[in-house]
Amino acid sequence: MAALTEAEVVDLAASSVRDLNQALHAPQPAVSWGVLNPRGAHSVACGLKDEVTVDIAGHVGYYCAGMNQHATVTVHGNAGVGVAENMMSGTVRVRGDASQSAGATAHGGLLVIEGNAAARCGISMKGVDIVVGGNVGHMSAFMGQAGRLVVCGDAGDALGDSLYEARIYVKGTVKSLGADCVEKEMRDEHLTELAELLKAAEFDEDPADFRRYGSARQLYHFKVDNSTAY
Amino acid sequence: MCGIVGLHLREPSLEPRLGELLTAMLGQVVERGPDSAGVAVYGDPRLSPPGRAVVSLLGVTPEEVSTALPGAGVVAADATTVVHAELPVDELLATIATALPYATVIGSGEGFAVLKGTGNPVQLAESFGLAGVTGYQGVGHTRMATESAVTPEGAHPFSVGPGQCLVHNGSFANHATIRRELRAQGVRFDSENDSEVGARFIAHHLDRGADLEKALRLLCERFDGFYTLLVSTTDSFAVVRDAIACKPALVAETDAWVAMASEYRALDVLPGIENARIFEPEPEEVYVWRR
Repeated sequence: MAALTEAEVVDLAASSVRDLNQALHAPQPAVSWGVLNPRGAHSVACGLKDEVTVDIAGHVGYYCAGMNQHATVTVHGNAGVGVAENMMSGTVRVRGDASQSAGATAHGGLLVIEGNAAARCGISMKGVDIVVGGNVGHMSAFMGQAGRLVVCGDAGDALGDSLYEARIYVKGTVKSLGADCVEKEMRDEHLTELAELLKAAEFDEDPADFRRYGSARQLYHFKVDNSTAY
Repeated sequence: MCGIVGLHLREPSLEPRLGELLTAMLGQVVERGPDSAGVAVYGDPRLSPPGRAVVSLLGVTPEEVSTALPGAGVVAADATTVVHAELPVDELLATIATALPYATVIGSGEGFAVLKGTGNPVQLAESFGLAGVTGYQGVGHTRMATESAVTPEGAHPFSVGPGQCLVHNGSFANHATIRRELRAQGVRFDSENDSEVGARFIAHHLDRGADLEKALRLLCERFDGFYTLLVSTTDSFAVVRDAIACKPALVAETDAWVAMASEYRALDVLPGIENARIFEPEPEEVYVWRR
């Protein structure tokens, strides 16, 4: 992790998460932060709005780096439920695994999970880019509206269920596709954007090894033929 | 919500610390279930002296038990009274049913005790004397009630067969239907609680010869709703989640122990956690560890 000698270091064994977050929210905060002993605490480095760098030495609990804007947050461990949920911009990197709903509803920025992400990764994503080094669990990108989800491993059941316009790239196997999610042609523009995403995430996978999935756009409008079902 | 913690020790030298570790784990999931709590402990010589049948009771005072069952060992633990005697378990249960017909049995077996109460889980752990408990396996639950009232009877664990114990995070959708089916087959219920139906269902199938893995697979087939379950017996420790798997669960494993908890912070208190293999159980996959 980044050298902590030049950083503001907050030890959560001695300070509360609230103290840490208030310091990070202060006007013109220091540009580099280290967080020690997170020990699974919730809401670490939430609601950041400045171009700061935060290195967290250990596993975090729920909603780490939620609502992030502009900041670069690195978790040197695993993240609990909802890491980077509703992120607007900036970069969040998890060196280990992430629990369910990683990047939920996020509008922008880049979320990198070097290990595996559990169920519902990118649920209702609205513009975020998510790159996962390992596998994603079931119902990932559920109701995804915009943004890109890249999976270097395998995807679980019902990938991209009820998808709107998010684009999904998977290198490994897909256990099953969700309702209205289909495999799509990988054109040059997709290979180009995938190469950019992999580079931004610092992964050296070959874009040519991936397949693309997206919405068949059959759920956008109510079909009158189905009226008798109600 | 609800919080689950469980610890299955592989390394005997840790057994004197079981209660201390379980107390620390329970303290990390209080916010998940602040209204009541319960624990099951396996192998504590004070609560369950070797070679004696043990029955855990609610709805009676230790004095009533001592009067009704002279010669029996009695341990008071908050709302729970633990009774032990040098009898077969069935005989002790029958004696209690005759002498204290209004008591509710919340656990029975050998080498095994269940303690429950209402209120803040940290205070309850103190009231149970949990930190001083020793043994090879322990399970704890903090409850945020949804399906039935906040009473000691409604607290988890649900223990309905000898040495068996179930704790549940979630809610079963079709518990009334399954309760009705089990009642038609002669199964008796103590409450209207949904989790008790899960415990009775498992006990029913274990009784009919299924092993724990098979019983939990049958539960996955039959039950609708949300569940992360930790189920233990005198020699097994098992975890299963529903197909949607929205109720959290983490397992950590080292050569010295296997632990399960709703959140990582409850595992962080364990010795050697920095080298543990940590993973989330997959949906509808049954995980069983045996002694």
